[in-house]
Amino acid sequence: MCLGVPAQIVEVADREGGLATVDVSGVRRAVNVALVDEPDAPIEPGDWVLVHVGFALARIDEEEARETLELLRRGAELERELEEMRKGTVR
Amino acid sequence: MKYVDEYRDPALARSLAAEIASLVTPGEVVRVMEVCGGHTHAIYRHGLEELLPPEVELVHGPGCPVCVIPMGRVDDAIAIAETEGVTLATFGDMLRVPGGSGSLLQAQARGADVRMVYSPLDALELARREPDRHVCFFAIGFETTAPATAITLLRARAQELSNFSVFCNHVLIEPPLRAILETPGLRVDAFIGPGHVSSVIGSDAYRFIPEEYGRPVVVSAFEPIDLLQSIAMLLRQRIDGRCEVENQYTRVVRPEGNPRALAAIAETMEPREDFEWRGLGVLPASALRLREPFAAFDAERLFALPGARIEDPKACRCGEVLTGQIKPWECGVFGTACTPERPLGTCMVSSEGACAAYFSYGRLRRPREEAGVGA
Ligand code: SF4
Repeated sequence: MCLGVPAQIVEVADREGGLATVDVSGVRRAVNVALVDEPDAPIEPGDWVLVHVGFALARIDEEEARETLELLRRGAELERELEEMRKGTVR
Repeated sequence: MKYVDEYRDPALARSLAAEIASLVTPGEVVRVMEVCGGHTHAIYRHGLEELLPPEVELVHGPGCPVCVIPMGRVDDAIAIAETEGVTLATFGDMLRVPGGSGSLLQAQARGADVRMVYSPLDALELARREPDRHVCFFAIGFETTAPATAITLLRARAQELSNFSVFCNHVLIEPPLRAILETPGLRVDAFIGPGHVSSVIGSDAYRFIPEEYGRPVVVSAFEPIDLLQSIAMLLRQRIDGRCEVENQYTRVVRPEGNPRALAAIAETMEPREDFEWRGLGVLPASALRLREPFAAFDAERLFALPGARIEDPKACRCGEVLTGQIKPWECGVFGTACTPERPLGTCMVSSEGACAAYFSYGRLRRPREEAGVGA
């Protein structure tokens, strides 16, 4: 549960409520972006963030995001995290 | 070096390994504690110890939030789950942690409504969907996870939900580090600081370690290359006669942390007088509870909890593993009575726990360590 998983913002659904839809390796879910959405640097679709338990903790650049994803994929950690995301998401 | 080809940049990994070897004094062992369970996992997963000279010994620290939850708190969660009309929601890892009377998974099998959620936001959504049930979120985690619970609480209040609560077990990273640093006969020379916790609290939060205890700290990211770089930075500090907090994870960690995350925690939670840690005992001001204005969401005020202190099973040596005093395989039940499928102790539950990480990836290297060949 302590992993930070790189995710790409697909849509900022509700900026006031801090909610955005992200894509993690093909799995989509709503995450809270309130901790990283700055008025002078708003979160936009295409941005990459590090997601922990449904919250974006930090912004990261695309290259780092792809490298981290690749590493997590090889280590099977990504599969486990996605599984938790699929099973544990209330839709 | 059989793992090194898998690294993002094998050439860089090799040159960092050579640099590290050049920074140690032959025969003089430097003990480096990685505080965070995510680092422990990465070290075993990528066979990092194979790249290090025998003079660098890695010691695993207390930074796995699942591992430090005492059995009594699991029993409290079970009591909540077994209350009529209540749904208990928590992270997958918590379901398997053994309490004094079994795990939450076993409570679920007996008929309690226990659900795995990915995020506290999912627990909140459950409450919104099922107004006839009370949904309690069993919250665990260091300062990395506390902001998530904090923002969820703020949303619950904004939505005026009356069927949602939090059983707060958030813990703080500084008190266990102090406890370890104050252990008589401490055998840790330097610290690899956690990455994601630090994105919230900032790298400045560790300044007490060099200033009060004379040990250097490097806050590190999670890839094997990052960890090698951090170890080299720590060794260089020793050679230069410096002792300070350095930040290898500047991409994500700022000296002051994330002010919004800290504000959300401060608005909803306050330090407890003390909290019991598995293996470390009762540590003052080491955990958070909900503040008075959030009393209506506080499971500890809403439910009558047993609140018992339960001794760990005799065979279990999680406390010594969590404080770096023994290696996982030195515990007598490691891999026999205690496995990831049937954990006896907490360090075997989460993949960030040292015992689980070692069980999954490290077993082959154990004979070499035992023979003193160096990892
Ligand atoms: S092997 Fe099991 S009981 Fe022993 S220290 Fe590890 S988790 Fe605890």
